[in-house]
Amino acid sequence: MRRRVRTAWLFLAPMLFVLATVAGWPFLRTVYYSFTDASLADLDARQWVGFDNYFSVLGLPSGRVLYDGLLVDPVWWRAVWNTVRFAVLSVACETVLGMVVALALNAEFPGRGIVRAAILIPWAIPTIVSAKMWQWMLNDQFGIINAVLLSLGLIHAKIAWTASADTAMIAVLIVDIWKTTPFMALLILAALQMLPREIVDVARLDGANPWQVFWWVTLPLIRPAVMVAVIFRALDALRIFDLIYVLTPNNLQTKSMSVFARENLFEFDKFAYGSAASTLLFLIIGLLTIAYIRIGRLSLDGGR
Amino acid sequence: MKFLTAFLAFVTGIMLAAAPARAVELSIVSGDTGNGIKVLREILDRYEKKSGNKVDIVVIPPSTTDQFGQYRLWLAAGSSDIDVYQTDVIWAPQLASQLVDLTEATKDVVAGHFASIIKSQTVNGRLVALPIFTDAPALYYRKDLLDKYGLKVPTSWKELADTAKLVTDKERAAGNKDIWGFVFQGNAYEGLTCNALEWVMSNGGGGIIEPDGSISINNPKAAAALDMVKGWIGTIAPPGVLAYQEEEARGVWQTGNAVFMRNWPYAYALGNSENSPIKGRFDVAPLPAGTGEGARPVATLGGWNLAVSKYSKHPDAAIDLVKFIASPEMQKYRTLKTANLPTIAALYDDPDIARQQPIVPRWKQIFLNAQPRPSSTARIKYNEASSQFWTAVHKTISGDGAAADNLADLEARLTRLKGKGW
Repeated sequence: MRRRVRTAWLFLAPMLFVLATVAGWPFLRTVYYSFTDASLADLDARQWVGFDNYFSVLGLPSGRVLYDGLLVDPVWWRAVWNTVRFAVLSVACETVLGMVVALALNAEFPGRGIVRAAILIPWAIPTIVSAKMWQWMLNDQFGIINAVLLSLGLIHAKIAWTASADTAMIAVLIVDIWKTTPFMALLILAALQMLPREIVDVARLDGANPWQVFWWVTLPLIRPAVMVAVIFRALDALRIFDLIYVLTPNNLQTKSMSVFARENLFEFDKFAYGSAASTLLFLIIGLLTIAYIRIGRLSLDGGR
Repeated sequence: MKFLTAFLAFVTGIMLAAAPARAVELSIVSGDTGNGIKVLREILDRYEKKSGNKVDIVVIPPSTTDQFGQYRLWLAAGSSDIDVYQTDVIWAPQLASQLVDLTEATKDVVAGHFASIIKSQTVNGRLVALPIFTDAPALYYRKDLLDKYGLKVPTSWKELADTAKLVTDKERAAGNKDIWGFVFQGNAYEGLTCNALEWVMSNGGGGIIEPDGSISINNPKAAAALDMVKGWIGTIAPPGVLAYQEEEARGVWQTGNAVFMRNWPYAYALGNSENSPIKGRFDVAPLPAGTGEGARPVATLGGWNLAVSKYSKHPDAAIDLVKFIASPEMQKYRTLKTANLPTIAALYDDPDIARQQPIVPRWKQIFLNAQPRPSSTARIKYNEASSQFWTAVHKTISGDGAAADNLADLEARLTRLKGKGW
């Protein structure tokens, strides 16, 4: 047994080493930088400043007290809110649509193999490419979306999709849902295929209609798989960067946490502040994930 | 035996390939707009022939804001992958510590360039970048449309809005549904800072941050200028202009769908190129002024330079390349192809340039009077200050909050950013 354990560690070692160098070390460095006043122009001149990037109190001679730092930065909290709202909306839509697509693909029909492969195409396109592609399709003057909507008579004036914050976020949601629904569908389809057919057949024999079969038999059985798929997607959605960066004017109403961090890290002379934002981003995603797992398990147990 | 022959051939091949041992491979990074990259390649082909070195262009997106972030990343990592950076006129103070001092190497040529540009690229006595072209925006207008309705070229923003309204109304009534009055750069990025500085300053609203470091942006004239622009969105300017950068604006303009455009001189050469629908149907004028006291036309100073990375493995060859691209011959070649304004005074009197790109000699005075952004005052904090500015402007012209409130807010933010000093 001891030997088996040792062999296991031996096999794991290369992976752990790679993980430590490409994920662990950069992460620790980021956390470390967030406690300094590092500037990208001269990283070696950094000094330890403690929690100042997160929160600091500044007493002015006039007696006024100023609070500074990420934890009281409205721009940051706006970015957090933008990101969470985006994640909730996009993952909810993708789960429902993915479920519909998976159920359809699970049925027997001729050409199923081709349709299954075809539906994966949006997922296979690199996000930055599809973002650019959609940017042109959504262009207010030459875009095909406006041209189609106009000729169908659904709108009477061209919509500047990516110009205003509201329509820009809708555009981002549309593109994200278009892109990642296939991923959800694939994971749910895999779960559907694992279901023993007998259970469904028995339910039918007992007189259940298709909706009842889905709600009381299929859904509970694929639920663990769906929960995992949702976690995957939520982790992805919470660090959204490329779509928002390409498709929106990057103002306060659309900025996501990752966009905020990048801006401070590289564009502004605030490497340390950006590091603090990255660290908080990690903590927020971590906490949300833990909360989700906890809540998911609770309701799972309660249902039985 | 066969093996030996093959081996010998292989060795000879290697030796032959290595023969021009002094040739080096260089990389230059550029995110130029329009046909800028193509022309740069043509210039580099000449350089390769002359020097025997090989030069690769690393092409990056045209947004100056994106470019700066990427440059910073490369430089902070000490990357030797890039030897020469094409840098914006505003970046010298922010990148200076990681660029090679060109003062010694270029002392034979700097005298030919405009002193003001050389000064803008000199930080603490070190010349960190050599200018290759300068930029001052123009008001592009559709000569044919103004003539058609007997209108003259506007000299104030008010006239511009009225003219644009009149022409678009009549054109739309005549069936030209896609026409708009005015396009500019309204996306939230550095380009909006340039546009908005012109609106504010031409209305007598000051230069955001004054040379003495004081923050002047919170004043009624600046607010009036932004309110005026807010009134354009959706009336004379398409709502999409809030997401336009240079190329998107040119897209609308060059397809013949705008009466006026604010853009840099590069759009002049492209608008008159072979397949352009508006070839010969447009002209340029100085940007309009505001109204009231202190109003005057203002053009934001742009321009691009070449800098050598401190981390380059071949700094001498890179400096040689920079001097080649910035030379009078190559600047003339570039100007003939792109209408980019040269940085060498003598070229403004060049007869070939005057004939092929008549905008250039006409633009000498405008560029000489162009207004620099407050980058040499705000120094390393300039990007953040500029971002705060364009954020406030973008908010205002998208209708999110009143101009006066947003500018008061901006003043507070800039004061906080300034801290004890820029």
